Amino acid sequence: MGHIVEPGFFASGPVHIALAVGTVIAITSAVVGVFTVTRGQSFAGHSLADIATTGGSGAFLVGVNQFWGYLAFGAGAAAFMEMIGVQRRQGRDVATGVVLGAGLGLAALFLYLGTEYSSTTGASFTILFGSIFVLTASTVPALITSALLALATVVVLARVLLLSSLSPDIAAARGVPVRAVGALFLMALAVSVALSAVIIGAVLSTALLVGPAATALRLVKGPVRAMVTAAGIGVLAVWLGILLAYDSYYWPPAGRGWPVSFFVVTLVVVGYLAADLRPQARRVALPQNADTEQACSPV
Amino acid sequence: MTDELVRLDDVGVRLGGREVLCDVSLTIRPGEFTGLIGPNGAGKTTLLRVILGLQPVTTGSVLIQGGPRPPRDASIGYVPQKLSIEPDMPLRVKDVVALGIDGNKFGLRLPSRARREQVSDMLTAVGAQQYADARIGELSGGEQQRVMIAHALISKPRLLLLDEPLANLDISSEQGIVSVLARLAKAERIAVLLSAHDMNPLMPVMDRIVYVAAGRVAVGSTDEVVQPEVLSRLYGRHVDVIRVHGRVLVVAAEGVDEAAAVAEDATAVR
Repeated sequence: MGHIVEPGFFASGPVHIALAVGTVIAITSAVVGVFTVTRGQSFAGHSLADIATTGGSGAFLVGVNQFWGYLAFGAGAAAFMEMIGVQRRQGRDVATGVVLGAGLGLAALFLYLGTEYSSTTGASFTILFGSIFVLTASTVPALITSALLALATVVVLARVLLLSSLSPDIAAARGVPVRAVGALFLMALAVSVALSAVIIGAVLSTALLVGPAATALRLVKGPVRAMVTAAGIGVLAVWLGILLAYDSYYWPPAGRGWPVSFFVVTLVVVGYLAADLRPQARRVALPQNADTEQACSPV
Repeated sequence: MTDELVRLDDVGVRLGGREVLCDVSLTIRPGEFTGLIGPNGAGKTTLLRVILGLQPVTTGSVLIQGGPRPPRDASIGYVPQKLSIEPDMPLRVKDVVALGIDGNKFGLRLPSRARREQVSDMLTAVGAQQYADARIGELSGGEQQRVMIAHALISKPRLLLLDEPLANLDISSEQGIVSVLARLAKAERIAVLLSAHDMNPLMPVMDRIVYVAAGRVAVGSTDEVVQPEVLSRLYGRHVDVIRVHGRVLVVAAEGVDEAAAVAEDATAVR
C-alpha cells in the first residue's frame, strides 16, 4: 500500500465507467439533495430508499437489472406518497414506518430466494450496499440519461421550489401549481435515490443525497452556491471513494478490496462533521435599534 | 367603477359546515390604508385568502380590478401570517426579495446588475439593507416582516395584503413596520389591507377599518365603525367601546368568559 494511486487505476475499464457514472450521479444527488433538505423531505428520501431496496431485490429475483427495480419501486412509492400526501405531514409516520418495515421484509424474502436459486452470494451485498465496479455496460446510458433528466427537472423547478419552501401560500397566490411542482420534485427525488442505490446501495443511498447537501448548507448561504458546493462535495466523496476502494485491493486482507460505499459514506459523514464543528460564521452585525431608526429616516 | 382594486359583494364562505364569512361586501381603492380588525378566529385570514384567490367563495362575487383574478397576477402582494423557516434554508435576504420578482417562473435566470440594484433599492426602502447577506432564517420576527414586505412590494403590486404582521412584535418593531407601510402606501399609491387583532397601533395611519367579528364585517371610518351600537350588532351581544389615554378598548360587558374572547382584540393596556 505504498502509493496514493495504485498502479493501473487510470488504465482500468471498470474504473473509467465508475468515475463517469459516479460523477453524474453524485452531482444529481447533491443538487436534488439541497432541495430535499430545504423542503424537509429527508425522511421521504429515506422511505423511497427502503422501498427501492424491495424493488432492487425483486428485480434480482426475476433476473432484471437492479436499477430498473429501484426505479420502478421508488417512482411507484413516490406516486403513492404524493397521493396520500404523506411526505410532509406529521402523524402519518407510524403508517409509513409499518409500510417500510413490510417493504424491507419483502426485500429479505426476495434476496433469500434469489440467492437460494442462483447461488450468487454477492447479490444481497450488491443490492444493499452497491456495486459501482461491476456496472453492466448496457445500463450506463440509462443511468446517465436518468440522472440528467432528474437534474434538469430540479434546475428548471429551482425558483418555484424555493418560493414554495418560503411560503406555499405566496407561491399559490402567484400562480405556481404548488401540488404539481411538489409531485414532480418527488419523482426527481425517487430517480436520484434509485441512481445512488446503484453506486452505494439502496440502504445507503440517502447518504449521498442528504450528506453533501446538508454539509453545503452549513458552509454557504445562497441557493446557487449551496447547489454547486453540494455537487462538489458529492463528486469529491465519490472520486476519493472509488480511488480508496481501488487501492484497498492491496490492503489487508490482500486481494479483497473494501467496498466503495464504505469509503463514500465515511467521507460524506466526515465532511459533514467537519462543517458542523467549524465555528459558525457570525451573522452580519446589526446596529442596535436599527429597526426603528431606519424606519423613520427618509429614503 | 374602474378605480376599484377589489370589490366583494355579499361574499359568504362555508368551511366544514361552519359559516366562516357571511354577507361580506367591501371595496378597496388605490392608496387606501385599510385595517382588517377583529379577534382571533373571526375570519380575517379567510377574507384575505378570498381576495388572493386561495379560498373559493360559497356565495357572492369577488372582482379584482373589475374582473376575475387572473392566475400569476402580480397586482396583489401578500405577506403571510408567519413563516416557518429553518435556519438551514439557503436563502439570503436578497435572495428572498429577488424571488418576489420572478420566483413563480420556471427555468434559469442569469444574474444582472439591474436586478441586484432593484433588490438593493427595495431593501433600502423598507430599512432592511443592512442584513441583505444574512440568511432569512437567522432574522428576528420584525426583521423577517420587513424582508417579506420588500419581497411582496418588488413586483410593484397595487394592493398589499398583510396577515397579522404586527403579531408578536415588540413596540418599536411594530411602529417601524407601520410607518414603513404608511410611507410606501402614500409615496407609491399602494393600497394596504392589513389584518390585526389590535387596532391601536394602526390608528394614526388607517384611512378605513373593516371590523370582522363572527364572520360578519362593518366597514367605514374608525369613527363610524368603532361604536358600541355597530360592534354590538356585529358581535351579537352588548359591547362597550372604551377610549382611554388615546387608546381604544373593545370590551364585552357581560359574562367573564365571553368577555375574554371579545377583549382579546383590545389586548389591554401595555
